[in-house]
Amino acid sequence: MREVAIVSYAQTPMRRDAGANNDVEMLMGTLQEALSNVGMTQKDIDFTCSGSCDYLGGAAFAFVSAVDALGAVPPIAESHVEMDAAWALYEAWLKIQCGKADTALIYGFGKSSHCALPDMLCLQLDPYAMQPLWPDSISLAALQANALLQSGKYTERDLAEVVANSRRNAKGNPKAQLKGDYTVEQLLKEPTFVSPLRKHDCCPISDGASVLIMTTREKAEKLCKRPAFITGIDHRIDAHGLGMRDLTVSTSTRIAGEKAGVHKGKVDIAELYAPFSHQELILRDALGLDPAKTKINPSGGALAGHVFMACGLDRIGAVATSIMNGEASRGVAHATSGPCLQQNLVAVLEG
Amino acid sequence: MSREDDVLRAEFDLEFTYTRSTGPVIGRFYTDLRDGKLCGIKASDGRVLCPPQEYDPVTAEDLSEFVSLPDTGVVTVWNWVKQPRAKHPLQKAFAWALIKIDGADTPMLHAVDAGSESAMKPGMKVKVRWAKERKGAITDIACFEPA
Repeated sequence: MREVAIVSYAQTPMRRDAGANNDVEMLMGTLQEALSNVGMTQKDIDFTCSGSCDYLGGAAFAFVSAVDALGAVPPIAESHVEMDAAWALYEAWLKIQCGKADTALIYGFGKSSHCALPDMLCLQLDPYAMQPLWPDSISLAALQANALLQSGKYTERDLAEVVANSRRNAKGNPKAQLKGDYTVEQLLKEPTFVSPLRKHDCCPISDGASVLIMTTREKAEKLCKRPAFITGIDHRIDAHGLGMRDLTVSTSTRIAGEKAGVHKGKVDIAELYAPFSHQELILRDALGLDPAKTKINPSGGALAGHVFMACGLDRIGAVATSIMNGEASRGVAHATSGPCLQQNLVAVLEG
Repeated sequence: MSREDDVLRAEFDLEFTYTRSTGPVIGRFYTDLRDGKLCGIKASDGRVLCPPQEYDPVTAEDLSEFVSLPDTGVVTVWNWVKQPRAKHPLQKAFAWALIKIDGADTPMLHAVDAGSESAMKPGMKVKVRWAKERKGAITDIACFEPA
């Protein structure tokens, strides 16, 4: 295996509505920031890979227009996944492992402000038995939350605690959209939205873009004082039908965590992509993380800002940044996709 | 050249020039729904899956042994939607639920018209409310209602 490390990460502020800024405009400044952090230009990149969703743009191959932000002349080696950019990072990691590239740039972007994201997400469901009913993403998450509450493992108070922690942690994150001091009592007084979930249990709609650069050990050590090495990465998927799995656990996350080697060392921080509060509890359990020993979502996580298609890459970026800054030595990043945590990726990063 | 007649025009219909077959398993499920019936399929471990799946969720084996099922079942998990979204199957407060059809071992997703959140209980018995016009789709089940 080739040793691969993250050397740069940049993110736009997460905003409810980026206004007239299109995908290319959201990306350009962030790309330049990520490149200039390590004194690079696009010419230094062997492979570029992005993650985005054409349904947000409302057109097939909408992602191609974003290539304008790269300045892809003369032609570059480039690829795209119709998934969160965490999976674009996985593709780039494989490319480096295969010896086809040394340095890769990964970007993810999403402008969800101009569509009804919870409805749009129905299009990823089983097209025969589920999608024609239009069960939006919030409704499906609420089913899962109720399954968890009914199991007796957690209470509504535990959900509110996740939200209060997220809002408090996000105060230290200048890119976060939702932040502040809230007590559990305050949150529990709010009415339910899709019961048992309250609005604050659901991630916000955000516009934004993120860019990450990773390279081999030899190059990384010249570019960055404390590169964040990817020492384990794995992704797994659960059955398509919601009735086919136990919604109160995440088997695919557990397996991915084991394969990535989460517990081969101390976990200082963990960034978990939980778009709904109860999912952070399920993920914590699946990865065997103890909040007394591991800082969970110090950035605020997805509840503080959720750029659909970049949020998983942002989890990896947040852990990498903590390692590069010297705030953490070893961390775990998680990304999810699909309804009720259907597909999950886990990466272990070390300084 | 300013007259309407001078502008070149061409008809354009956006269409997808292929048809999609639902296959032997989903096709059978849809045909049964059109006829006002429900069916499941036996998995490799003997469990009855409803809705039927083409492949075993654990072993990925082809599945083909159908089981006829009644149009009644029990609620295993639910939520409560106070304000339905425009595309939801009911335009009044309702529950999304996972419903285990009697004789099946895995639950299916659908809407339950229960009137109020307090009426929803674990193990609650429900039955299918069939759509007035059925055409071979999951929406042939208008929703479930308390039995």
